[in-house]
Amino acid sequence: MSFLKRLKDRFQPSREKEAAGKSVEEQNEKLDDGLISIEEFEEWEQEQIGYKFKAGLEKSREKFQNEINELMARYRTVDEDFFEALEEVLIGADVGFNTVMELTDELRHVAKVENITESRDLKETIVEKMVEIYERNDDLPETVNIQEDDLTVILVVGVNGVGKTTSIGKLAYKYKQEGKNVMLAAGDTFRAGAINQLKVWGSRVDVDVISQSEGSDPAAVMFDAINAAKKRGTDVLICDTAGRLQNKGNLMNELSKMKNVIQKTVPDAPHESLLVLDATTGQNALSQAKAFKEVTDVSGIVLTKLDGTAKGGIVLAIRNELGIPVKFVGLGEQLDDLQEFSAENYVYGLFADMISNAEELDDSGGDDV
Amino acid sequence: MAFEGLGERLQATMDRIKSKGKVSESDIKVMMREVRLALLEADVNFKVVKQFINQVKERALGSDVMQSLTPGQQVIKIVKEELTDLMGGDNQKINLSQKPPTVIMMVGLQGAGKTTTAGKLALHLRKNYNKKPLLVAGDIYRPAAIDQLETVGRQIDVPVFALGDQVKPQQIVTEALDHARAEHQDTVIIDTAGRLHIDEGLMNELKDIKEIAKPDEIMLVVDSMTGQDAVNVAESFNDMLDITGVTLTKLDGDTRGGAALSIRSVTDKPIKFAGMSEKMDGLETFHPDRMAQRILGMGDVLSIIEKAQATVDEDEQKVLQQKIKDQSFTLDDFLEQMDQVKNLGPLDDLLKMMPGANKIKGLDKMQMSGNEIDHVQAIIRSMTMDERENPSKINASRKKRIARGSGRTLQEVNRLLKQFNEMKKMMKQMTSQKGKKKNPFGNMGLPF
Ligand SMILES: Nc1nc2c(ncn2[C@@H]2O[C@H](COP(=O)(O)OP(=O)(O)O)[C@@H](O)[C@H]2O)c(=O)[nH]1
Ligand SMILES: Nc1nc2c(ncn2[C@@H]2O[C@H](COP(=O)(O)OP(=O)(O)O)[C@@H](O)[C@H]2O)c(=O)[nH]1
Ligand SMILES: [Mg+2]
Ligand SMILES: [Mg+2]
Repeated sequence: MSFLKRLKDRFQPSREKEAAGKSVEEQNEKLDDGLISIEEFEEWEQEQIGYKFKAGLEKSREKFQNEINELMARYRTVDEDFFEALEEVLIGADVGFNTVMELTDELRHVAKVENITESRDLKETIVEKMVEIYERNDDLPETVNIQEDDLTVILVVGVNGVGKTTSIGKLAYKYKQEGKNVMLAAGDTFRAGAINQLKVWGSRVDVDVISQSEGSDPAAVMFDAINAAKKRGTDVLICDTAGRLQNKGNLMNELSKMKNVIQKTVPDAPHESLLVLDATTGQNALSQAKAFKEVTDVSGIVLTKLDGTAKGGIVLAIRNELGIPVKFVGLGEQLDDLQEFSAENYVYGLFADMISNAEELDDSGGDDV
Repeated sequence: MAFEGLGERLQATMDRIKSKGKVSESDIKVMMREVRLALLEADVNFKVVKQFINQVKERALGSDVMQSLTPGQQVIKIVKEELTDLMGGDNQKINLSQKPPTVIMMVGLQGAGKTTTAGKLALHLRKNYNKKPLLVAGDIYRPAAIDQLETVGRQIDVPVFALGDQVKPQQIVTEALDHARAEHQDTVIIDTAGRLHIDEGLMNELKDIKEIAKPDEIMLVVDSMTGQDAVNVAESFNDMLDITGVTLTKLDGDTRGGAALSIRSVTDKPIKFAGMSEKMDGLETFHPDRMAQRILGMGDVLSIIEKAQATVDEDEQKVLQQKIKDQSFTLDDFLEQMDQVKNLGPLDDLLKMMPGANKIKGLDKMQMSGNEIDHVQAIIRSMTMDERENPSKINASRKKRIARGSGRTLQEVNRLLKQFNEMKKMMKQMTSQKGKKKNPFGNMGLPF
């Protein structure tokens, strides 16, 4: 079986299953009645997530695939023009510059060694290499580090306006839905209205928000919050922080102070340090990831605003160069517009059409070459 | 910033040509590839890059480069010229109406900086044009958006018109305009909610507001860190609303800001302002030529010097330079300098804007936070005037006294004295070296 076919089988829920359109209730009932096994239920659930994720990426994907297909149609032979155009397609998706160069250099090599002259014959290798880059750091924990019977502290950091506070609202909702006791800490004491913004999310989700007045020391807010969380037996404490550009030394120091205050009370906290990245951001996201990783030991990324036309391809480079996995994606401004990230679905999403096109070629015999 | 500037990029080619002594067409091709990479690294949209490269190549293939003794420099010169040209030459001012009120409408994606920039513009117009601005809270969607604008209004003492989040923005704007006329507010700045350019419903809302308010300025606010998507965003907003100006925010970061070029090239609308901080006074007029240099990774030296000059009194500077020259710079002068440094903002921010600063090892570690400056100042303040002028007089018992008086440790006092000594040595070198190698800080009068 070709690599593409394998990829496809792995990620695309079979059409019949999708068409059946079973609801959560239906499936739950079946599970209760013993009609399906827990494994079957989980498999179904996984498909649903994949499906919703795909729908969210639809717009970004469409453009990307059009570009790839156009590329293959226009450049039939594998030559420098082809590689230059391929570089542009990948760069157009904001895939990190070095990653693109690495990828195309490898492809040049493969084409030379295997004597590939038709661009179509290189398609499969392109996808293969992309996935490879993604899976290179396969041992990275993709799941969120939640302490089962103890307080979990999640610190949320990033530059200005990327969607930290909104993502915190969504995360609070998610953990609340899972039956957890959630608390929020209003660590952005700088931006106008930031505390109230978090409070609005707090009341939407119905969770406690620990705050002080605007202008107060964010480390002091962290101190309050972590103690309150311990006292009240909170399961998950999510800490908001002010946006800060990564080149501002004094603000980055402030962040490390906040982290230290948290660690004084709960030594192994923060259990997760999530860096929020805006999918529209270009190469600078790499510099952001580097700087925040140094200060707060970032354990995962929340990639927001994927409901737009930006593709956020820079996460490929970040994963490749810094080994930080994406854990969630933001697909809108509502409470439930947060999805757990699946690298496979993401790559699949970017390449779905390419795969089905290749499939068609496969199906039509493939000996017309 | 991990990226090389165009200068470094072209270095290898330039070296090769130098040894060969003649420029070939293939040399130009190699150089064009480097230019292309430099622009792509800076986030300029790849289509824009392509167009641009073709233009530059055409000129480069003309006689001026091929026959030049310094072809690399020539290419950089052409690139810079073409880029500056594309960026739009001179700075363009904000549109003001002859007949008040002037109406300005802020539009853009979520989190771009519209609300912050609305406040900054209000302050700018009041300060520099003597206007009486009114801010209008037209974002009814984002939680606490109205509260944010009201807080901004309080900070700069500008009134905010709001009707809560249950009234449609169209209605809010209609009533705001009536209100402005009644209250003789001659400038109305409408804050709107962030929206995706593909969100038809919300884009139509903006069209409605435009219809109602007939704005003199439709200001598209774009985050300078935006990548390839900048073209889509700018093109959509421009097609829908026929924007009149652009503000590029968060340029105080370390992004190359290639989005600026992308936006210019797809909309042909002027970038009028640059957001340089989160604070209300952090709005600067946009200089296309400087942006061109920044995109090419040549650093924004002029902006840094301007910033320094704005803070450092010119007469004081002359006196200081004289002192440096005749070696009479004392700890007391140093104390004063510290104040100026504090006014300048965090030192490392400034340094990071320097061309080539990313190459200096350990720069990222070198930070002088406001606290540290305070400590150093406290120590100097605990010295007598005589001690400040003749630090060699400070013996062990005096050191102890100074440490106690300033609440700092003996080590800190020692360290400061040692640093000051080294600084004086450096100044001596700098003055004797003058004219040989230019020190970028040489004429800024700053002792570091
Ligand atoms: N379309 C879209 N907008 C988002 C998403 N996440 C956040 N936003 C919006 O981005 C803006 C900035 O978000 P906020 O949470 O305040 O950012 P912060 O400054 O990082 O805390 C707000 O208008 C949010 O509604 C997302 O996934 N999709
Ligand atoms: N460093 C910096 N931050 C900025 C600048 N302009 C806006 N911001 C920040 O970016 C974030 C989003 O700004 P906001 O005005 O709320 O964006 P809006 O959603 O477009 O209204 C806030 O944290 C602002 O403080 C700027 O020029 N520099
Ligand atoms: Mg926030
Ligand atoms: Mg706003």
